[in-house]
Amino acid sequence: MESASNTPETPNAQATGSDASDGEPLVAVHGLTKLFPVGGGPFRKPSSFIHAVDDVSFQLGHGESLGLVGESGCGKTTVGKLLVKLLEPTDGEILFRFGDPDAPVAEASWDSAAIKGRLLRSFRRRVQMIFQDPYESMNPRRTIYDIISEPLSVQGMGDVQYRVDRVLEILTLVGLTPAGAFLFRHPHELSGGQRQRVAIARALVIRPSFVVADEPTSMLDVSSRAGVMSLMQDLATELGVAYLYVTHDLAVARYMCHRIAVMYLGKVVELAETEELLRNPLHPYTKALLSAVPLPDPGRRRQAPDIRGDLATPIDPPSRCRFYERCPAATAHCLDHPHPPMEEKSPGHFVACYEV
Amino acid sequence: MNTPGPVSPIPTPEFGVEPGRGRVRFVLVRLRLMWRSFRNGWGIFMESRMGRVSLFTIITFALMAAAHPILMAFVWDPATYDPVTGYSFDQVEQPAPPSWKHLLGTDPLGRDVLSQLLYSTRSEFVLGITAALVTVGIATFVGAVAAYYGRLVDSFFMRLADLIIALPAISLLIVLSALFHLNLFYLALIIGVLGGFGGTAIILKSQALSIKVKPFIEAARVAGGGHFHIIFVHIIPHLLPLALLYMMFTVTSAIFAEAVLSFLGLLDLRMSWGIMIHTANTGGYLLGGTRYWWLIVPAGASITLLCSAFYLAGRALDEVVNPRLRRRND
Amino acid sequence: MTDRRDPLLTVDGLSLSYQTRQGEVQAIRDVSFELARGSALGLVGESGCGKTSVANCLMRLLPDNARLSAGRVLLDGQDVLLLTEEEMRLRRWRRISMVFQAAMNVLDPVYRVGQQIIEAIETHGVESTDSAARERVARLFRMVGLDPQLMERYPHEFSGGMRQRAVIAMALSCDPDLMIADEPTTALDVIVQDRILRELKAIQQQLAMSIIYISHDIAVVAEVTDVVGVMYAGRLVEMGDTSDVFRAPAHPYTAALMSSFPSVSGERRSLTSLPGEPPNLSDPPQGCPFHPRCAYATDVCRTEYPPQARSGSHWAACWHPLDATLVPQS
Ligand SMILES: Nc1ncnc2c1ncn2[C@@H]1O[C@H](COP(=O)(O)OP(=O)(O)OP(=O)(O)O)[C@@H](O)[C@H]1O
Ligand SMILES: Nc1ncnc2c1ncn2[C@@H]1O[C@H](COP(=O)(O)OP(=O)(O)OP(=O)(O)O)[C@@H](O)[C@H]1O
Ligand code: SF4
Ligand code: SF4
Ligand SMILES: [Mg+2]
Ligand SMILES: [Mg+2]
Repeated sequence: MESASNTPETPNAQATGSDASDGEPLVAVHGLTKLFPVGGGPFRKPSSFIHAVDDVSFQLGHGESLGLVGESGCGKTTVGKLLVKLLEPTDGEILFRFGDPDAPVAEASWDSAAIKGRLLRSFRRRVQMIFQDPYESMNPRRTIYDIISEPLSVQGMGDVQYRVDRVLEILTLVGLTPAGAFLFRHPHELSGGQRQRVAIARALVIRPSFVVADEPTSMLDVSSRAGVMSLMQDLATELGVAYLYVTHDLAVARYMCHRIAVMYLGKVVELAETEELLRNPLHPYTKALLSAVPLPDPGRRRQAPDIRGDLATPIDPPSRCRFYERCPAATAHCLDHPHPPMEEKSPGHFVACYEV
Repeated sequence: MNTPGPVSPIPTPEFGVEPGRGRVRFVLVRLRLMWRSFRNGWGIFMESRMGRVSLFTIITFALMAAAHPILMAFVWDPATYDPVTGYSFDQVEQPAPPSWKHLLGTDPLGRDVLSQLLYSTRSEFVLGITAALVTVGIATFVGAVAAYYGRLVDSFFMRLADLIIALPAISLLIVLSALFHLNLFYLALIIGVLGGFGGTAIILKSQALSIKVKPFIEAARVAGGGHFHIIFVHIIPHLLPLALLYMMFTVTSAIFAEAVLSFLGLLDLRMSWGIMIHTANTGGYLLGGTRYWWLIVPAGASITLLCSAFYLAGRALDEVVNPRLRRRND
Repeated sequence: MTDRRDPLLTVDGLSLSYQTRQGEVQAIRDVSFELARGSALGLVGESGCGKTSVANCLMRLLPDNARLSAGRVLLDGQDVLLLTEEEMRLRRWRRISMVFQAAMNVLDPVYRVGQQIIEAIETHGVESTDSAARERVARLFRMVGLDPQLMERYPHEFSGGMRQRAVIAMALSCDPDLMIADEPTTALDVIVQDRILRELKAIQQQLAMSIIYISHDIAVVAEVTDVVGVMYAGRLVEMGDTSDVFRAPAHPYTAALMSSFPSVSGERRSLTSLPGEPPNLSDPPQGCPFHPRCAYATDVCRTEYPPQARSGSHWAACWHPLDATLVPQS
């Protein structure tokens, strides 16, 4: 098929990494930790903790997109919710630098913990999230117009006519055409992929500076996905929108992300430029992940990924390497040492493993 | 960000881009959508026998209430037929059994029973509906706020509710009515407040709790919605169907409470179904068995019928607002 | 590979539309296929082309505004569409189960996840005692890679992928004959996905369970299915053994779908999407629905719906199939 409209730009061709804007990252995360208590009640002390996110650090530049991949339940959504202040971290700090000259707030750098009240409102204008589940993240009683225009209306932007126009515009951009036919439908009248596009439209309609996109295209076919991805990239180039792009689909990460961080049980275990990571994975978990990607070829049989055991639990894990129980390369050294620190093995390629 | 950027207008069949007209169309579309969902709900309600019977009964009573002032103005002579001050001179003996002149007879004080019955219907409606509105207004707000803020706010309202439930409502009303002169309006208010801070609040709160954990509440927070926005736009609309249901049940309990209090002679009302029975009772006619049936049966039957009609309406509404009862039992 | 004399499921001429304010959305048009016992069928297609609607028809879980205009769905020779709601309820989960695309909608936020599955098992009498049911759920949890301890937690404490796995466990809990998996692995990483697909394959062979996989991920479909059907704009446009369809796609849409699949290994091609807009199902194009976006379209495509071009069990609804071995049927 010689069909090649909507070709997303190669992200690597653009400015890469945190040096996109005078060296100041948009988001800087240091030692981020989130523990969820288990077994506690209102008057009882929790017996143990889920280490959903454990000492995670990374930086994200203006207009950059960082992919976050990892096992289901490893804490990716939790990192996203911490960044958009839906959850408060147990420990660690998050600094934002929006670099926006006409920001109502004079501060150059915002400490996430200090964002409250009025500041929180203008923070919400800059930071948005696309939720993982397009079924439950929309109020079933509201129409598509209500849902998409909600950020505009709660922020008091424009009048009804302006909002309607913006909503129609963004609906067309995410491929829900004819836009007028979707405006007054309810979410239950849309298919899964159509809802996902509504979720994306809602996050982008306000033109934020930073978007946490939690599996935004997991229910879209390749063709609709290409359109949405190119829209997101256009916004990144035009407005400098940065993305934290949570995904399971490494092929999508390959097209959307400048860098990829791999998480395992609350820890980032590897972080590198996208192509470098895909060509030269160093951590045993990343290798297993890449080998498990299915191929669109019924004739070929992949062997099972190289990974042992199955159940790893984030409840009070021992202090040694989180991947130890399942690691094919584990040694005695790994057993009696703490979780390995992140080390830069080659420029920009960080990995947390003793055996690399 | 604050100043709207250039917008490329996209003409669609629904919306022109001329300013001004959009808003009118917009409101119209909204109204049509509301009408459509109302019609759907109405269909389900009318499909159930309970729904049809209850609606028929309620409408009949409403017509009766409406008929009284008309009859008084054009047909009935106030001196004879006034429900409180009238006296039927052409009966030798009071209470008189039903006759053409007094279709339901007269009471021990020579007043027309039918006129009393019709006159009281209106107060029963006013009472029931005021109590229900107060209950539901309070309960919805308390339920939503307690669920949303949790912790202290929640504990406070829930302990308050426990307290109110633990108090026997009728005896409380008896005490109150002995201490104060309770008229219809205060009675409605008290019943409404007791229901609103009591059991209904707990039920609506548990519903609100299941809404509060839904991701769309988080999505609304990320969009920038404040507490007020989330409570009123996202939580309360989900409580309204259930609230409507409890409104029906409150009407039932309010009418019933009034009957009990009036029967005990504790209320400061001109006339009501409870007072009609009370009058019969103080004259000793309740003991007369079926001989003086017209003194008791019309009022008693009306209380039962209207109470059960609202109750059944509530049950039929339950089917509308709880689709689970209809389909998908899994 | 599959025993074609004994179809478990026969779908014949199914057509479904939804009433909306903008008119009728023709979500399924004349879809027919057969599924043999113990085999796996994949349904692929663009977002919004009607895949979930087909699944909902098989489960008889249609929204209020859906109209089934034609068609039969035979499960073991019995028309599912003619069963009463009660008969259908007994068959759901037990005979046909479904992994819903809306994983969270299936789980009630106020009950513990394990309890909900145990309840499903007990209602259908698969296990009689509570401990046996509990043991069964624990086994299923382990199978989908969830720690059985998680049974005691509430849905909102699960991550997206954990919920999805809980729903897969639920769908398997009553040993159904047919499982419909609607985008079952969208929230799962490739390692867990790999594990679950292997487990499903094993169960499918052990218990001769049939599976319908609905997915946009053609790589997954290629790995796990025996037969694949491609849908476009509510119609089934190509169908055949998975190996045949992937080796030599005959419908231009199928070919486009495959060629635009991105890959992790090898050269990084630029991502392509189909030119033109997705079809408007309220007003689908005349003739072949794909013609506005098809590079091979001719005049006949614009006016008349193409007949099936067939070779063995592989067919495509196209006037100009790309695989010349397919012969048009008159
Ligand atoms: N509100 C909560 N209460 C308790 N535990 C939670 C809560 N939210 C998340 N968790 C736990 O934290 C861990 C990380 O969850 P998270 O949702 O971040 O995973 P994820 O990486 O997004 O996974 P997925 O890819 O499956 O969505 C999980 O073990 C989950 O059970
Ligand atoms: N209840 C409804 N009322 C009106 N239209 C509906 C309803 N449900 C679905 N539709 C429409 O019917 C079409 C088919 O929907 P369906 O959910 O079957 O798509 P799908 O193939 O499952 O897509 P996806 O891959 O995005 O989930 C869509 O265009 C959708 O907008
Ligand atoms: S540190 Fe040891 S156990 Fe951990 S990933 Fe590396 S080799 Fe495996
Ligand atoms: S029938 Fe014509 S328009 Fe349709 S797919 Fe075939 S060649 Fe293209
Ligand atoms: Mg998640
Ligand atoms: Mg679907």
